Amino acid sequence: MNFFSLPRFVAIALKEFIQMRRDRLTFGMMVGVPLMQLVLFGFAINTDPKQMRTALRCSDEGPFARSVVRAMTASGYFQFTGRLPDDAAATRALELGEVQFVLHLPAGFERDLVRGRRPVVLLEADASDPAATSNAISALQTLAARALEHDLLGPLARPAMEGAAPFDLRIHRRYNPEGITQYNIVPGLMGVVLTMTMVIITALAITRERERGTMENLLSTPVHPLEVMLGKLVPYVLLGYIQVTLILCAAKFLFRVPVMGSVPLLLASVLVFIVANLSVGILFSTIAKNQLQAMQMAFFFFLPSILLSGFMFPFRGMPQWAQWLGEVLPLTHFLRVVRGILLKGNGPAEVVHHLWPIALFVVVVVSLGLKRYRRTLD
Amino acid sequence: MTAPLSGTARQAAIEVEGVTNSFSGRVVVDRIAMRVGRGEIFGFLGPNGSGKTTFLRMLCGLLTPDSGSGTCLGFDILSQSAEIKKRVGYMTQKFSFYENLSLEENLDFIARIYGLPDRRRAVRESLEQLGMAGRKHQLAGQLSGGWKRRLALAACMIHQPELLLLDEPTAGVDPKARRDFWEQIHELSAQGITVLVTTHYMDEAERCHRLAYIAYGSLLAEGTTGDIIRHTRLSTWTASGGDLHALCSALEKSEGVSQVVPFGNALHVSGHDAATLELAIEPFRHGGHIWQRAEPSLEDAFISLMGEAKDNFQ
Ligand SMILES: Nc1ncnc2c1ncn2[C@@H]1O[C@H](COP(=O)(O)OP(=O)(O)OP(=O)(O)O)[C@@H](O)[C@H]1O
Ligand SMILES: [Mg+2]
Repeated sequence: MNFFSLPRFVAIALKEFIQMRRDRLTFGMMVGVPLMQLVLFGFAINTDPKQMRTALRCSDEGPFARSVVRAMTASGYFQFTGRLPDDAAATRALELGEVQFVLHLPAGFERDLVRGRRPVVLLEADASDPAATSNAISALQTLAARALEHDLLGPLARPAMEGAAPFDLRIHRRYNPEGITQYNIVPGLMGVVLTMTMVIITALAITRERERGTMENLLSTPVHPLEVMLGKLVPYVLLGYIQVTLILCAAKFLFRVPVMGSVPLLLASVLVFIVANLSVGILFSTIAKNQLQAMQMAFFFFLPSILLSGFMFPFRGMPQWAQWLGEVLPLTHFLRVVRGILLKGNGPAEVVHHLWPIALFVVVVVSLGLKRYRRTLD
Repeated sequence: MTAPLSGTARQAAIEVEGVTNSFSGRVVVDRIAMRVGRGEIFGFLGPNGSGKTTFLRMLCGLLTPDSGSGTCLGFDILSQSAEIKKRVGYMTQKFSFYENLSLEENLDFIARIYGLPDRRRAVRESLEQLGMAGRKHQLAGQLSGGWKRRLALAACMIHQPELLLLDEPTAGVDPKARRDFWEQIHELSAQGITVLVTTHYMDEAERCHRLAYIAYGSLLAEGTTGDIIRHTRLSTWTASGGDLHALCSALEKSEGVSQVVPFGNALHVSGHDAATLELAIEPFRHGGHIWQRAEPSLEDAFISLMGEAKDNFQ
């Protein structure tokens, strides 16, 4: 038969198997990527985040206050991490993203409860990511009515108030009162796009030189490795800024995302983040033997970045180990920076708080990269 | 051909000793010592995989030798490769320019890297000398194989290096361009520029002032063409006419014949001892062939060297 020859087909298939076996890294990735996806989607990601950090701002501590806290903890959604001395501390904790909620119990809370005066209880929520807070808030609303049913017994249980909560629960959704998902996603997209393009593009730019053999020529000239690196990176930094500008314009004019903080501050922080991604790209290029491998490694980095950083799923909803992993990734911190500046109006002090982990990441990755960088061909 | 000056008489451009390099435990350059005088055209020959490219890479600092020492243009090959790189033009065996840059852009890039003071002029002159001024906007990737070699050669000479390391510069280049190339090399040599060139072509080897022959990482012979031929101590006869094919098979088994090589319509029969060789060909004297005593050619010498070289990969 002339259309299809079995031996010819076998020849091609055999060759392909041999090549596959030679390329260990690709083979590893073929196994590694699905494993990673299984672990991340199966164990780390949780669309119904629980155990969210909640601070207590309590002016009147007593048995009723303790019951409310206990009932909220028992719901599984809230995890009380500490007490705040004043309202300024509460605002700061929310701005830094240290807590998701602050529960305010007013002065005279116990007395007013006993007298049946329905004291006002305020729950301040960092609602910049509506997905993270909405379930907890609705759980609290149903829980409020029953939270004190064991405490307010006998004469204290007012028949008139059957069914209604003994206190007046008010929810204050800060930073994104209408719960618009785009407010959270669009700024986050800036970080995701930068991660994806910057890592891939640098990893490829350098492995391409090695794959095509132009590296040999370059290395035989007096050019210094630092000149090669910087010369290769600067055009991509500019490219990154074009992307940032595009997304920023779209955020403001298309999606009407509020811009509470300073844009120059955001542009300055972006540089740190771009450098972090470029350094990852360079590190990959020192390991990868060809462009395909570089691409796969970039993907391997991109996957956890997008899943564990709090871009797609609420960060606090993940198990502790996943949060620790997420804390290593620059995107996690950059998301806090960009959302902090745009939605919360964060200033330099808060931004630095999130930037230093990225800077630390750069230092580690660059030193690894320099260690692996081959100045010669061997 | 200009009279070759002795390599030891003048100042050395390359002087190395005991240079050794291995890849994953396999020695591919084994204790090579070499001295090339300034302005000399030095040919570097050897079978495929003998370590020529590896040796050139060590000279210009692309690879670090496992052991050995020496100088290149007076700079230490181990510690001063930055100085060496400024003064050396290295032409790689494989095309290593940017295929998606035009000819002019490639040359301009190299000129910038070397920081040439009058870059534009250098690029223009280089293009003119290459005879490609009219096609300077063509992408390098679209050039034919031979033209790529010529572009690479032009590029490695743009910064007027003192030493040229050329790795098979004329492979795949047409005869006219090769002749132009060698004329240019001799002009450069007259200006005092040193050229170390690898080649597999015998006619090119004969155009060099001095030669080195390397096989399986070891330097086997060094000197002028005459030195190398004498070194092998070959005697050669040529046979023409008659059934050369049968003669060839018969002679190969004979005692005293070390190699039988067909050259066109003639057979080169060589042996290391003139007397035994004559005895060996005696029985075939009257088979209708025309026998003539001949000077062994460089090619006979190289084939003999290659045959003697111990293949350390076997
Ligand atoms: N990067 C490398 N890794 C492992 N082995 C290598 C490497 N480069 C070269 N070799 C080996 O070193 C030996 C010498 O190679 P080299 O390229 O120097 O030979 P050459 O004399 O230039 O050959 P040719 O005439 O074919 O160009 C060969 O056996 C080759 O397989
Ligand atoms: Mg070679």
